[in-house]
Amino acid sequence: MSDNVWIIGASMTKFGRFADQDLLDLASTASLDALADSGQGMADMGMLTMGNVYEANSHNGQRLQKQIGQTGIPVYNVVNACATGATAVRVAMMGIKAGECDMALAVGVEKMGKMGMLGGAARKAGDKKIFTPKGRYGAVVKTEGLLGTGLMPGVFAQAGTEYALAHGVTTEQFAKVAVKNHLHSTLNPLAQYRKEFSLDEVLGAEVIGYPNTLPMCCPTGDGAAAVVLVSDAKLKTLDPDVRRRAIKISASVMTSDPWADGGQVQPDVNTLTRLAADQAYEAAGIGPEDLDLVELHDCFATAELIHYDNLRLCEPGGAGDFIDSGAPLRDGRIPVNVSGGLLSKGHPIGATGIANLYEVATHLRGEAGDRQIEGAKVGLTHVIGLASACAVHVLEAPAA
Amino acid sequence: MTQTIPAVDYLVLGDEPHLVAQACAQCGALYFDRRNACAKCFATEFGTRPLATEGVLRAYTIVERGAKNGPFTSAVVELEGGGIVKANLLGVTDPEVIQPEMKVRLATFEASVDDDGTVAVAFGFEPIGA
Repeated sequence: MSDNVWIIGASMTKFGRFADQDLLDLASTASLDALADSGQGMADMGMLTMGNVYEANSHNGQRLQKQIGQTGIPVYNVVNACATGATAVRVAMMGIKAGECDMALAVGVEKMGKMGMLGGAARKAGDKKIFTPKGRYGAVVKTEGLLGTGLMPGVFAQAGTEYALAHGVTTEQFAKVAVKNHLHSTLNPLAQYRKEFSLDEVLGAEVIGYPNTLPMCCPTGDGAAAVVLVSDAKLKTLDPDVRRRAIKISASVMTSDPWADGGQVQPDVNTLTRLAADQAYEAAGIGPEDLDLVELHDCFATAELIHYDNLRLCEPGGAGDFIDSGAPLRDGRIPVNVSGGLLSKGHPIGATGIANLYEVATHLRGEAGDRQIEGAKVGLTHVIGLASACAVHVLEAPAA
Repeated sequence: MTQTIPAVDYLVLGDEPHLVAQACAQCGALYFDRRNACAKCFATEFGTRPLATEGVLRAYTIVERGAKNGPFTSAVVELEGGGIVKANLLGVTDPEVIQPEMKVRLATFEASVDDDGTVAVAFGFEPIGA
């Protein structure tokens, strides 16, 4: 018990496309809001961790300090694909658990704008074209589109069809995930999109990579999120109003891909998620049946469906039946992505793995307004970034 | 005679085109690229192993957005006797055609020509018995 780490401040900016705010504006807003929420200030922080992907060479943690307070504390800039924000939280937690500090600020931020489809190799302008084998595959031509696809929409579509071929999931079942998350987002003022779509509209939209149509793919966008973490011992010294709203991190697990046959051509997004979930349930001493809400990594509708199974929310092979049953709807048995998920809330990569903690913590505090899941006591967050990195956190409301 | 070159070095051309993998000498794990050590068992010795030209389709997507020459189907194929590879499923863009345990066979095609007239030959898979 004594080495628990708690969230005492949490915030996120609205996600969207903000031409008038730069990366530091977004990170500053999230950081200052999280600090205010925690009742602490920069002078109380013993460590700052910063998650950002596309400007990771810019030392954004230190640049952020220059906007919100330079106090000489250690700063760790981290990047870990779509698990970058969660990695910033993990690093801050490890710092607290190791006794390096008793309070830390973890921030995740991304400015993506309209980036288009991710995962493509940079294209080079050629001089005279003479085939010369290059790289570890000895390729003489660009292989994307020639030897299948490795772009993100294709990777997660193929992860979905692999499950569908094995377990009989229908295109309609995949589409229902998007219908659900877009519906949920109408209640979330911080979501990038807040528009409801019918099943027919989702199925009839432009196909990006079958079976995913446009509303079944998350948008790129801008946004930031931040949490203030504190040790057990330090929490006991804080104001009762801070302690009353403190959220316990009951489990925090990060995994990477174990070797899997075929993993070299098609990333295995399942095994590392299963490993992380099982370790998290074990650490928290709970099972999936104890969860009041889940925020999972629905970068594509196909991804959410297979993660029902990977996170043990449904019977093995039963993810299609699970969505049909309405279980992951906000009034269902295990509400999933009541924020609108990545599909509609948005996915500014560096912010995502902290924004999901903000969402769950806000419900556990009973402060989620129109989208509140009543009486929520335990929640789980999940992110996965390809290469791969997976993080699962279990959060618990304080005992009343 | 036209000069040809495989689009990737794990494709072997000739009378019977097939794929070849780097096989870990200790555990047999297969890789299409050069590896410094085996990601499964950490051994550093590798041999080469020719792979079967027939297999079963395990996953797919039909790419429309970003497909410059029209929709194409990307597929993950598990080859008989070992090896999992990604390539295009040739001649198929209708999801209704694709069924569980669908059998496919390797086929080659001309992908591109360079300024010396050398033809890059790539591979894909065709449904068997379609």
